[in-house]
Amino acid sequence: MIRKLLGTASILAAMAAAPAMAADTSACLITKTDTNPFFVKMKEGATAKAEELGIDLKSFAGKVDGDHETQVAAIETCIADGAKGILLTASDTSSIVSAVQQARDNGLLVIALDTPLNPIDAADATFATDNFLAGELIGKWAAATLGDDAANAKIAMLDLGVSQPTVGVLRDQGFLQGFGIELGDPNRWGDETDPRIVGNDVTAGNEEGGRRAMENLLAKDPMINVVYTINEPAAAGAYEALKAIGRENDVLIVSVDGGCPGVQNVKDGVIGATSQQYPLLMASLGIEAIAQFAADGTKPQPTEGKEFFDTGVALVTDNPVDGVESIDTDEGMNLCWG
Amino acid sequence: MEPVLKARNLVKRYGRVVAMDHADFELYPGEILAVIGDNGAGKSTLIKALSGAVSPDEGDIWLEGQKIHFSSPIDARNAGIETVYQTLAMSPALSITDNMFMGRELRKPGFRGKILRQLDRRRMEEVAREKLSELGLLTIQNINQAVETLSGGQRQGVAVARAAAFGSKVVIMDEPTAALGVKESRRVLELIKDVRSRGLPIVLISHNMPHVFEVADRIHIHRLGKRAAVIKPDDFSMSDAVAIMTGAMDPPEGMAA
Amino acid sequence: MASNDRATRGPTEYESAASTSPSAVAEFDQHHQTLVHKIQHALHQTPSLVPLIVLMVSILIFGILLGSKFFSPFALTLILQQVQIIGIVAAAQSIVILTAGIDLSVGAIMVLSSVVMGQFTFRYGLPPEIAVICGLICGTLCGYINGFLVAVVKLPPFIVTLGMWQIILATNFLYSANETIRSQEISELAPFLQFFGNKVNIGGAIFTYGVIFMVVLVIVLAYCLRQTAWGRHVYAVGDDPEAAQLSGVQVKRTLISVYMLSGLICAFAGWALIGRIGSVSPTSGQLANIESITAVVIGGISLFGGRGSVLGTLFGALIVGVFTLGLRLLGADAQWTYLLIGLLIIAAVAVDQWIRKVSV
Repeated sequence: MIRKLLGTASILAAMAAAPAMAADTSACLITKTDTNPFFVKMKEGATAKAEELGIDLKSFAGKVDGDHETQVAAIETCIADGAKGILLTASDTSSIVSAVQQARDNGLLVIALDTPLNPIDAADATFATDNFLAGELIGKWAAATLGDDAANAKIAMLDLGVSQPTVGVLRDQGFLQGFGIELGDPNRWGDETDPRIVGNDVTAGNEEGGRRAMENLLAKDPMINVVYTINEPAAAGAYEALKAIGRENDVLIVSVDGGCPGVQNVKDGVIGATSQQYPLLMASLGIEAIAQFAADGTKPQPTEGKEFFDTGVALVTDNPVDGVESIDTDEGMNLCWG
Repeated sequence: MEPVLKARNLVKRYGRVVAMDHADFELYPGEILAVIGDNGAGKSTLIKALSGAVSPDEGDIWLEGQKIHFSSPIDARNAGIETVYQTLAMSPALSITDNMFMGRELRKPGFRGKILRQLDRRRMEEVAREKLSELGLLTIQNINQAVETLSGGQRQGVAVARAAAFGSKVVIMDEPTAALGVKESRRVLELIKDVRSRGLPIVLISHNMPHVFEVADRIHIHRLGKRAAVIKPDDFSMSDAVAIMTGAMDPPEGMAA
Repeated sequence: MASNDRATRGPTEYESAASTSPSAVAEFDQHHQTLVHKIQHALHQTPSLVPLIVLMVSILIFGILLGSKFFSPFALTLILQQVQIIGIVAAAQSIVILTAGIDLSVGAIMVLSSVVMGQFTFRYGLPPEIAVICGLICGTLCGYINGFLVAVVKLPPFIVTLGMWQIILATNFLYSANETIRSQEISELAPFLQFFGNKVNIGGAIFTYGVIFMVVLVIVLAYCLRQTAWGRHVYAVGDDPEAAQLSGVQVKRTLISVYMLSGLICAFAGWALIGRIGSVSPTSGQLANIESITAVVIGGISLFGGRGSVLGTLFGALIVGVFTLGLRLLGADAQWTYLLIGLLIIAAVAVDQWIRKVSV
């Protein structure tokens, strides 16, 4: 009750004294789950920045990945709460649109973090990793590392899931483009005809799935020498499968994410290179944008030439190659999450 | 003569319902005592009290003169009272042998029995076969066939054989012919007489008056939670028994409990 | 369920008893058994025959289609390695389902136990042997809670384990802070945790200790279920708990022992999981409950309890493994695997229903 009175009072104050003080602003962070380290880090970044700017931040999360209902309820709560803006990583990118529209109609700034909505302009702005670029970086690195052998490479593609979520498709296709393989339909994986691709298999993004998928593809062709993985746990699983047949040292594994165990694996030579993304930055930039919006009503603009605001991606490897910019694992460890 | 099983002043209440209201009971050696009563008269509560499935609130039970107190059917079984339930209490998917020895399996002697806890299947099968043939149930071909592959009468036969094999003092049978056809009922009645001829006293609960009058030595008539009368089938007609049971006729003098 | 059967069967038996004598029925049975009846009876006696046949046929078909790529010691033992975790968990699931229960928390127990083994070693610096024992105790304890709630509080197993699944999983994430312990650290500092990853190579055929453990576990369980009083009681409780109680089985004690054993086996699966993926990962094993139930059902164990054998479960798990690898080697979309496994599940339950109809 007191809280509500204060809220009303602060809105009155805000109306009386423009521009509003940042301290009167409240914001929401809605993530897919609060168990995945990626989102844990995101929350950390948002909380730290919100404290710094004196913003009252409330966090919500789905129970599991794909829990759409909880996210809709969270958006409704935020509207009722009188928040200025919402940072959202949507579980269901198209179904959430109507709830997002409702929030925008109520004057809230909605920023999609990490995962673009479908359509992407359903949110006021999107702060995300360029997943295609992330894939392209490791693709270029792998091709350059192999040199002339790239023409005879045997590539295993360890993807996310059979439903082909956007993030997974972008990374996959980016890798292939970077490696120099002609794409089929860039909106789906698995339709390429290049004989260098041994096959695609799905990992669910975890160790067990990564190992199984790698074993399946090895049974198909034991001479695989390049492995693309959707993320670092899948890469760790693939490495176990290779180790089981004694080929862990002559296969190049590349991955995407930049989590701390993943970067450590790059340092230890398990993974050749990984593209690191920055959930903390996404979140803190998002909070800044909401503060800005609350102060003078300006909305964040997308990065030039892209539909979203690119929060950056960096290739982490201890074996840099010419023509691909990279950072080493020490720097990667400083920037890693989870 | 000392009754094998005797109960005095048994009371059992379920909330405000009095299922047993100072009920008495006696079973003498070597007899078939039928227990009849209208639905709701409390005869199943009485039987449950005797077989250990229900603990009476008041009253005492004596087995061979010793006061006893059962807290579960297992207690009653250990005391020598075996019950053939109306549901037969058999596991349909398990074999005849498994069912006969359920809860009192025999283990192999020595290392394999003590350490590996291995069952002595051969000996259990032998005993089961022997018990079934004693009761003339040898039409059952394979002692290892599942109980669910038997006919209703055969199942009843197995259940009776189990009770007769392990019941050292009393066998209680709850509606053994209720689910059976004419011919199978007949066989089961013969079985009941066989068991008596081996010296075991039997408590028979049944709704079927012709069956009761055919096999019972005495008939315990239960009404309104207590014993209304005990009659001999030779002295009364079936309609008299029904009349006492429903209250249409007063219990005969001297027979009233 | 059983008493229902009896009630509906009553009238037909009345008629058959009235028209023929029991001995004549038996004779008729012996001389005029059709082939279908014989098969039905054989399956009734040995329910694991169906999955065994399906397994053999599918190995044969994929062998013909794929040749030496599939029919090699490497590929065939690879299937064993791929199914080992689910195989072990499914063995735990089997004994629970035999009691007409279900355990949705198996995967969560497995992961929590593996996390306990890992974190006790790396966070508290305990010797890995002690940590493993703590993990095994943790799994057994989770199983005990399940068993207590099912047997003593008398809540439905589905609800109990649905709740415990969430509770254990949340505990797992809270306790582990979702930290993965990497394979490199484990093999350097506590290789004992990866014990089940060790392997024996016999002419190209690779058997990990985990695979050997799975096979031995299934054989031991099959022995216990068939040759000990405890095993018979498990079946009796699943068949008809009231009947079992009345014939002198300690139903509560049997149920609690089954859930505890299930928890212990899941904890072993958690240990084997570390051997398999090298690392301790709190996010793995999310689908283990569904996959284990799938293996159990395809393996011919009745979800209604009391029927089936744990050998069938092993075959069921292997069938799923053969289909998964075989179809991937054929280059089929992974969706085909799910589709075929779905068909197998429905077929398996249909066969189970058919076997139940067996009677004289």
